Amino acid sequence: MSNLSQEKTLLEGLAKEDKASIEQIYRDNYTMIQSFILHNNGTADDAADIFQETMIVLFEKSKSPDFELNCQLKTYIYSVSRRLWLKRLQQMQRFGRQTDDVADVVPVDEDLELHEKRQQDFSIMETAMGKIGEPCKSLLEAYYIQKKQMQQIADEFGYTNADNAKTQKYKCLVRLKKLFFAQYKNGQ
Amino acid sequence: MEDTLLIDAAERFARGEMTAEEKLFFEELRKKSPELDQLVVEQLFFLNELERYGSTKNFRHILQETESKLVGEGLITKSPLNGKAKVIYFWKRYKRTIAVAASIAGIISIISAGLISAFNIKKNENLNLLVGKLREQEIKSQQIEKKVNKLEKNVGSSTVVEKPRVEATFRATGFLIDGNNNFIVTNAHVIKEARNQLIVENNKGEQFVARSIYVNPATDIAILKVTDNDFKKLPPIPYSIRKTNAKLGEQVFMLGYPKQEIVYGEGYISAKNGYMMDTIYCQLSTSANEGNSGSPVITKNGELLGIITSMETNAEGVVFAIKSANIYRAIDEVKKMKEYKDIKITAQPSLKGADRTSQIEKVADYVFMVKGN
Repeated sequence: MSNLSQEKTLLEGLAKEDKASIEQIYRDNYTMIQSFILHNNGTADDAADIFQETMIVLFEKSKSPDFELNCQLKTYIYSVSRRLWLKRLQQMQRFGRQTDDVADVVPVDEDLELHEKRQQDFSIMETAMGKIGEPCKSLLEAYYIQKKQMQQIADEFGYTNADNAKTQKYKCLVRLKKLFFAQYKNGQ
Repeated sequence: MEDTLLIDAAERFARGEMTAEEKLFFEELRKKSPELDQLVVEQLFFLNELERYGSTKNFRHILQETESKLVGEGLITKSPLNGKAKVIYFWKRYKRTIAVAASIAGIISIISAGLISAFNIKKNENLNLLVGKLREQEIKSQQIEKKVNKLEKNVGSSTVVEKPRVEATFRATGFLIDGNNNFIVTNAHVIKEARNQLIVENNKGEQFVARSIYVNPATDIAILKVTDNDFKKLPPIPYSIRKTNAKLGEQVFMLGYPKQEIVYGEGYISAKNGYMMDTIYCQLSTSANEGNSGSPVITKNGELLGIITSMETNAEGVVFAIKSANIYRAIDEVKKMKEYKDIKITAQPSLKGADRTSQIEKVADYVFMVKGN
């Protein structure tokens, strides 16, 4: 298999949340990112954080329908991690010697802008989920995230039938929506 | 209830579940009424956000698992103790996980704190009071046991198949150690929560009545017996129980019920003793939301090393498990009871050499949700 098609398979796996692909991407790239961060005023823990965030950026990108990576995966990962780290350094004002060693960097600003927006949305949803309480939270997660059937949910949560569970789900969803949009429209 | 109708319609529209005719009608409606269209757009947007939230959440979880696996292999280095800024960072990121951990550790510390202060005020008086209370409690539990036995008999004799589902006020994990006597091991602090009913539930959602036959708060081990006649005999238990201590760095996996479905986790033995050097326990490094009280900790060769009990609240991924040798001590105590002399556990694990997914598949049948009220 050529390098290119190998990378394509990995990215397809990533989009499907396949564990083996995720692990492989870690194995192939982690050391590179760690050494970059260690050489630029970071710690091993910073490296682990930055790499995780980079993986999320890559994951979001790999899921978009018009996804296309027009550079090597390695280059992309390096570019995103580098940008994320420089930004974090800036926020922490931990500026020091900057080794801009590798010229092999692709522009990722657009991707990161989108990523930031997504992260914001994620935390708004997370906060809203945290506020609706139980059993609403588990109920909605079971239906919308774990994609369980209404009958199965009714059994697990002890509702007498699927219709009852469905009514309860509506009530929960309306509340979640209200909480979400209150925060979301605030932030706009 | 116009809202629910609208939500339902928008959901079915988004999922492509509408018939062509319905779809046409729906789109016609949207065209005619801009307000309705606005609501539909909002609903669709919201569903999309919810969808994205779910997949990001799952993905983060996998990342965390992958990371701890690679930490175990030494590819990733992480410092065990984080600075303050770091803690806050993690707090934001894993608020829920930490809340679970905090509640477990919290239960233990609150109870011991309560007893200590009771002793300090007026020693003798309070001691008497306490003894009296304990007696009361004992009598009560005997009464409850009688009632449960009676109920069981009634259930056994009646021909009604449908069992009422139990509204649980607590939930934990337990695992089978003797398939002939139907003995399940869990934490003693779990059983303490059961005031009326105690139930175990398998991974198919079937519930069975159980009662505790042995509780040792010192080692935090309890043994339950499933008394339900509907409980079907399982094939021989695939894991054995290790008599010797766990070794540093041993890779382990866990199965438990931190939520309504069974959850798999991986980790490694990170210290031979528990919190404050407690020798009953050993320490594991694993992603914290994996372990719920009573979950079995098993090696790749199918040896059970411990029972997950608690988590450290101010550090990420530090989990404590009761060493498996304590299970043998509990079994020895149970053996002394006349009716359970024949207790027997698996000596040769059948899991050895199997790949992980089939190991999980096998073990999952022997791990139960323990709940009650």
